[in-house]
Order: sequence, then structure tokens, then C-alpha cells
Amino acid sequence: MYKYFLRLLALVLLLLGFSMNANAEFKVGFVYVGPTGDHGWTYQHDEGRKAVEAAGIKTTYVESVPEGADAERVIRQLAQSGHDLIFTTSFGYMDPTNKVAKDFPNVKFEHATGYKREHSNVSTYSARFYEGRTLLGHMAGKMTKTNVIGYIASFPIPEVIRGINAMTLAAQKVNPNIKTKIVWVFTWYDPGKESEAAQALIDQGADIIMQHTDSTAPVQVAEKAGVWSFGQASDMQRFAPKSILTSIIDDWAPYYVERSIAARDGTWKQQDTWHGLKEGMVAMAPYNSAMGSGLVKEVEKLQKDLASGKAHSFTGPIYDQKGNLLVAKGKVADDGMLAGMSVYVKGVEGDIPK
Amino acid sequence: MNIDINFLGILIGAIMASSVPLILAASGELITERSGVLNLGVEGMMIIGAISGFALMVITDNLFLAIIGSMLSGLLLSFIFGFLTQSLLTNHVASGLALTIFGIGLSAMIGKDFVGIPGKEFPLLFVNLKEAIPLFGPIFFGHSIVFYFAFLLPFGTNYFLRKTKIGLIVRAVGDSPVSAANQGINVLLVRYCCILYGGAMCGLGGAYLSLIYTPQWIENMTAGRGWIALALVVFATWSPLKVLAGAIIFGGITILQLHMQAMGIRIPVQFLSALPYIMTIVVLVIISRDSRKIKLNTPTSLGQIFYKEK
Repeated sequence: MYKYFLRLLALVLLLLGFSMNANAEFKVGFVYVGPTGDHGWTYQHDEGRKAVEAAGIKTTYVESVPEGADAERVIRQLAQSGHDLIFTTSFGYMDPTNKVAKDFPNVKFEHATGYKREHSNVSTYSARFYEGRTLLGHMAGKMTKTNVIGYIASFPIPEVIRGINAMTLAAQKVNPNIKTKIVWVFTWYDPGKESEAAQALIDQGADIIMQHTDSTAPVQVAEKAGVWSFGQASDMQRFAPKSILTSIIDDWAPYYVERSIAARDGTWKQQDTWHGLKEGMVAMAPYNSAMGSGLVKEVEKLQKDLASGKAHSFTGPIYDQKGNLLVAKGKVADDGMLAGMSVYVKGVEGDIPK
Repeated sequence: MNIDINFLGILIGAIMASSVPLILAASGELITERSGVLNLGVEGMMIIGAISGFALMVITDNLFLAIIGSMLSGLLLSFIFGFLTQSLLTNHVASGLALTIFGIGLSAMIGKDFVGIPGKEFPLLFVNLKEAIPLFGPIFFGHSIVFYFAFLLPFGTNYFLRKTKIGLIVRAVGDSPVSAANQGINVLLVRYCCILYGGAMCGLGGAYLSLIYTPQWIENMTAGRGWIALALVVFATWSPLKVLAGAIIFGGITILQLHMQAMGIRIPVQFLSALPYIMTIVVLVIISRDSRKIKLNTPTSLGQIFYKEK
């Protein structure tokens, strides 16, 4: 209920704000799923927005917009109020973005982590976070003593499943005995629930905590309990100085600046971007020296190989939980398969919630 | 996975710790509602308590001041509500909703500069006893002072409402403000006090989150707990001890379902996620079936505007 009121308020403010200066100036709009102060996913997108602003382009943003039908109103509002390019930064904005794009052929849309480009003015972009997960898996496999890796998952979408699989495969490679325990919290962002999930996993023997949620709560719980953890989306080292091994960092800034300038100068074209370690859209925070210089060197080398293409996160043979062959020996998974990934690989416990 | 006795102790301890914010906020709101005032601003007062506590901790480096400050800020916010509904006679529901929206927005604005700062270690009591006693150690010891306060509060509230004269006055005001006024009770004063007390407890509940439970500030970190607290009060039929039971059941099933997932028990996860809400309602409805008692506990004038003719 209160969220509804918040949205209403946001819309009214937007209306007021934009009706007053509906001139022809080039503007870029951003729609965020969380608050800019989450210090995770949305925070990093907002860092990207600030880079666009620094490049001399006017931007606006709407934060904490729930996924689904209500997102459509916010996106439509941005389009109506004279924004020329709109970034919608969460998976659940996929259909609303395409719907609005149909009605505003002159406005450009960029949707993060989705795969639908139903109209020529919609581009999609995402980062190969799974490359980072591979590095995490390698470290986790080497660092665990209990052989139990705890994984806090948000929603059962390909993006999240891909991360679980990439991590498990890499960990199995260095430690065949590891088990991945997964807890689904069905939220991107609830510090209390995330920390309870972390605690549950630790209580059940996990000595590595990994998260695909956005708050810093899990790494703090890990720090208190004295187990290793990994940060998500931004460098969370400050919250767990002793126990965090590294963080996967999303760096959207170069992409946002490039696309905004292209749209302003009229060179924007529809495309599907999937950048990773190579292009720097996925970056790693400094590695914790507590894991020993030998392991740090190993991981740095693996990072280099992933970036150069010498190594791939999904190299065959890969089997699913039932033992069906997914990727043949010597082959790597293609992007189509990665984008639609909806089964666990062998070695992951439990079922994917349907 | 074999469940040993120590694990059980840790589990129960975790469950109790997670229900603390709900107990605090719901106990406070219970008093407010017993005086006949429906304040839907619980979430807003909690989040304001969370940010004020955290900000004061960062600025003064003093946890005692932070806790007191969080209660004062919750109190201050509830004063706005009290002024609107009691002195200006506005609608309770609308004012309460506005209070929540205002609280969330204001906390986000104040909080801008406090994002990304790690919290401070909160002192825990009886830590050595926690290790020493099996099962009961992790349940009863090694918690913060706020934890113990929260678990005593429902009993205190119960005693206050049933056995003390002021408690009787509060109930009288909630049941029939007109008769109470005719008896010479200052209805306005009683209601103001109850509103302010509710605000302070909600503020403390928020501060428990930002200072002790997940020591950090993040926007919207109460994540709907205020609404759960509100629902608890109603489903517990305004009885403090049932509020306590409800809060523990809610916290317990939330944590148990996470454990069940981690154990790989094959029950649909969506069902497990919904379970805390369902079970809390079911249990509270079952334990409060006695309609005579419900009638006794329900503040008859809840949410109605009281206007004393002069």
C-alpha cells in the first residue's frame, strides 16, 4: 500500500518537474529498482549516471520503482516528459520497456539484463557477471574447509542460475568435494532477510558465503561469524575488512557515457551488448591477501585468461543434475544457451523454484 | 544433517533476535491502539528511528546517545501524528499513511551521507555464559540490552494494562472516550502520551535494526516490518502476550524456512516464503478464538475521532 503512495508521489513530482521545463534539451532518464543508497546494484548504476552527467549530459532518475506493471507508468512518464534515451536497469522492466518503446518510436530505450528487443528503438545490455562468479568459485573451492559453500539467491531467473552454475563448476574443478547450498530469499534487497539467510547457511556448516542480492548485510554476518565472503555489485570491503575475499564490481559508466553520446549525436543503433572482464564492465575488487599470494596469483591468471578468451566459464563437458550432457567436451556454451539457462549443473543441491 | 543440541540453541537464539524489532514496535503500537488511536505510521517511525540512531552513532560515537536519540526521533514523529489527529482532528488512517511516506522519504534524505559506513560493534551481555551452558546458553545469553528489554516489555505491558490505575485509564479512554471524559479524565492528554510512547518504541525497534541486527544504514532497511507489527497487534487481538507469541512465530518460521532450504528439504520455496505470514495468522486466530475476551480487549473507539464539546 505505502509503495503505491510513494509511486503516486513520485509521479506527481515528476509531472510537476517536467511540465515546467519541457524544452528540447537532450535528456537521459534512468529507472532504478532499488534506492541509490543500497551500496550495491542500484548504487553502481547511479555511479554510471553520474559519469554521464559529468560528460555534460543532463540526466534524471527515478529510484525504487517496483518491477511489473507499475514500472510501465514511470517509464512512460519519462518518455512523455522529453527524455531522449531511457535506461531501465532491472530484469523485470523488460516487458514494460518494450511496451512503452512501441508508443515512443523517437525515444531510445536501453534495458539491462533482458533479452527482448521487440522494436528497433530498444537495445539490451548486460554484463558477464558469471565470469566473476567463476573466479569466486575457484577461490571458494580452495578456501573452504567444510566443503560447504553457502549461496544466497534472489529470484530463479537465468542470470542468477548462471551465476550459481559458473561458481559451482569452477569450485568443483579445484575441489571435487564441494557442495553448494542455496537459499532463495525472493528479494533483491532486504538486509534483515539476507542476513538471516547468511546466518542459516553458516549454522549449517557453510564457511563461504556468496550472495546474489544487493545489500551488504551478508558480508557483515560472515565477518562476525568468522567465515569468508564475497561482495556483490560494488566493493563491499569496508563492511567486512577481514573476511571478504573480493567483490564483483559492475562498472556501467563507460557504456552509459558511450551510449548517451551516441544517442545525442544521432549515431545510436539497436544492439545487444554483453560485456565482461575483457571490456571492464565486470571488474574485481582487490583480492584479500589473507588467501595467500599463491592463490591470489592463480586467480589473477585465471582472470586474465577469462578476459582474453583463453579460458571460458562454461567449458565442456558439463552435465545437468540428471546427468544429461549440456556442453560436449572441448566445447564452450554459446551465448544463446547462457542467456536462457534454466537448469542446475551437476553438483548443485536442490531444485530450482518454479 | 544431524541436529545437535547446541545447534538447536543457536537456532532458537537467532529466532528470538529476529523478532525483537517486531516485539518493540508492536508493543508500542498496542498501547497507542488501546487508547483508541490507530497509527498506521509504524513503518515510518521505525525507519526514522533506524536512521537517527545510526546517524547519532556515527556523529557522537556513543551508542547510548544513539539509542536514546532514536527513541526521541520516533517520539517526535509520532507527535506530528498526535497533533494532526488529536488537536486538528484529522482522519487517523490518512494521517498514519502520510506519516509512513514522510518517514521513509525523510530517512532517505537524512541517510544520503550515511550510506556505506560500517556500524559499530554493539556490546553484548553474558557472552561467556553463552558458550558455557549447552542449549540454554545461546538462547538466553550473549544478546544486547535491547533484546532483554524487548522480551520483558510484553509482560510489563500486560501488567500495566491489567493491574495499574493508569492502565485502566488508558483502556477506558480507548473503549469510550466520552464516558472517560465525563469521569474527568483528560482524554487528549492520555492519548497524546500513548501516541508518543508508541512512537518511541517504534523508533527503538528501528534502531535495533540499524545498530544491532544489521549494523549499517541502507535506505528502506525496515523493509515492511512496521506493517507486520501492525498486523500482529490486530491478529493478537490487542493482547501483549499474544503479540509476543506472534512475533516469535513470525521470526521463527522466517528463519526455519531458510534453514529448510539450506538443508535441501524439497518443499516449493514460494510456499516456504509465504509460510511465516500464513502460520502467524492461523496460530493467532486459533489462540484468540474466545470472542468474549476479544470484545474485552478490543478498543471500541479505535480510529474514531474524539471531540470534546466545550
